[in-house]
Amino acid sequence: MGLVTAFLKGLRVTGLTMLRTITGQERYTTEYPYQMREKPQRFHGRHVLNRYPDGMEKCIGCELCAGACPADCIYVRGKENDPEDPTSPGERYGYVYEINMLRCIFCGLCVEACPTEAITMTKLFEMSTTNRQDAIYTREELLMREDGSVPHMFPDDELANTDDLLTADGWVRATAPSGIASYEGVQMWRGTPGPASWDPEPSQEELDRRSEPDGG
Amino acid sequence: MNWAELGIVVLRAILVFVLLLGATIINVWAERKILADMQSRIGPNRAGPWGILQTVADGLKLFFKESVTPRKVELGMYVLAPFLAVIPAFLIFMMVPFGVPFTIGDYEVILQGADLNVGLLFILAMSSMAVYAVVLAGWSSGSKYPLIGGVRATAQAISYEAAMGLAMVAVVMFTATQGEGGTLSLAEIVARQDGTWFGIVPRWNLIPQAVAFVIFMIAIVAETNRAPFDLVEAEQEIVGGFHTEYSGMRFAMFFLAEYVNIFSMSAIAVTLFLGGWNGPTWEGTVPAFVSAILPTVWFLVKTYVVVFVFFWLRATLPRLRYDQLMSLGWKRLIPAALTWIVVSSIAIGVRQFGIPWS
Repeated sequence: MGLVTAFLKGLRVTGLTMLRTITGQERYTTEYPYQMREKPQRFHGRHVLNRYPDGMEKCIGCELCAGACPADCIYVRGKENDPEDPTSPGERYGYVYEINMLRCIFCGLCVEACPTEAITMTKLFEMSTTNRQDAIYTREELLMREDGSVPHMFPDDELANTDDLLTADGWVRATAPSGIASYEGVQMWRGTPGPASWDPEPSQEELDRRSEPDGG
Repeated sequence: MNWAELGIVVLRAILVFVLLLGATIINVWAERKILADMQSRIGPNRAGPWGILQTVADGLKLFFKESVTPRKVELGMYVLAPFLAVIPAFLIFMMVPFGVPFTIGDYEVILQGADLNVGLLFILAMSSMAVYAVVLAGWSSGSKYPLIGGVRATAQAISYEAAMGLAMVAVVMFTATQGEGGTLSLAEIVARQDGTWFGIVPRWNLIPQAVAFVIFMIAIVAETNRAPFDLVEAEQEIVGGFHTEYSGMRFAMFFLAEYVNIFSMSAIAVTLFLGGWNGPTWEGTVPAFVSAILPTVWFLVKTYVVVFVFFWLRATLPRLRYDQLMSLGWKRLIPAALTWIVVSSIAIGVRQFGIPWS
């Protein structure tokens, strides 16, 4: 008899699940291109090269990102700044900057290695291409424009939500100098347009309070 | 037989064929959709409204695909097996009455492929034939996994056909007490389930033959090689079982046969136990054509309830192990069916002749 009750219990589970799904109470899949889920705060998407608010490039061509990259997918060549018309505040700037997105494992070590916060990650992940050459992002595609907007390889692609390019990843803040506990709620660098202009990181207590059902 | 009668026969056959193909298109889609709902997913939703054309799209794709023939196959049997699967599947449904007979002019039209007086026997014969397709497909593929699938099919079919036949015997015995003499004709079996007991309980065989119904349901799930008895295919252990080496249209025919079999077997369960097309027609209160169509509607509704049970079982139960399958068949179902025949015949005897010692 135990077998029969177990059998009926099983039927009950599937039957009730079906009713819940039909009435829309329970459904874990989303219809992706039409329904975009909100991405996690520290999502690792494609990279972007930032600028200072005055339009100067942050990248100083130091190649630390290339050195840190475990997948060996970043290629940087620095060039001396023209003293009359510098591209970056440092001695040099990233003259050639290429990331092979087919090799990249989106670990974020380049972001961590960067001394000037020049390279950060965005939340955009729709980067499929039809040939290998398109998967190598060059300086033209990575560097943000002077108005703070970020170029995208396929701006007309209906799948790609280009707004994601402007939402930076919070992880950089946790690992940056401002990420230590005493700097919670403090914004260490500010005023840069686009991905670099973010709100101060909320403290852990505040995050806990927000996730509670009655708080926040 | 004149031309008009011949035309009616041909039209009936075409009607059954179209009904089964239409039902298959719906069934494949419905199964995927229902399984998706039971697993909190969405299911096919691209082709047509709610994805209802998904089966048509799949069929077209399979139609245009190459039917690969591996080098080591026994060519004759390999090509023949898919047809052997499809033909019995369609023939089974030929016996099932799916609507009330009506007359056009001088001719009486029965909504049934053919009213054989040995209908039940024919069904048993055809469902045994279907096993040949699986066995021959498995053997002629010249490959190990299909052979295992085919051998499994043999043992499984023999075990569960016995239980299925014995459950049918109980129904036939009971039906004999409901009218003049015994019958194996499905139209007659349906006709004898007309009416009600005590004014409210429908006179379906389900109520006095509930045990036989349970045995029959388990047996037909096994007969059609559906989960949890799908050891013949068992994609997790033996790739795809008997149809591993089949592709394109030949595979599609096995697929079609499986779903036609589900529908036909459900229809037979409805015919034997759930009163066939019997149901309230509200004659006189609704337009005449509505009460003429209602029996067919009742039949389809009941059949789809049983078909739904097939899908429900597939979503719920894990596949049986081979020894579990055998022990359920031989140690549980066949003894249960035999016991039920004895019990049921004693009950019938007591009702007819009274208690012997009183």
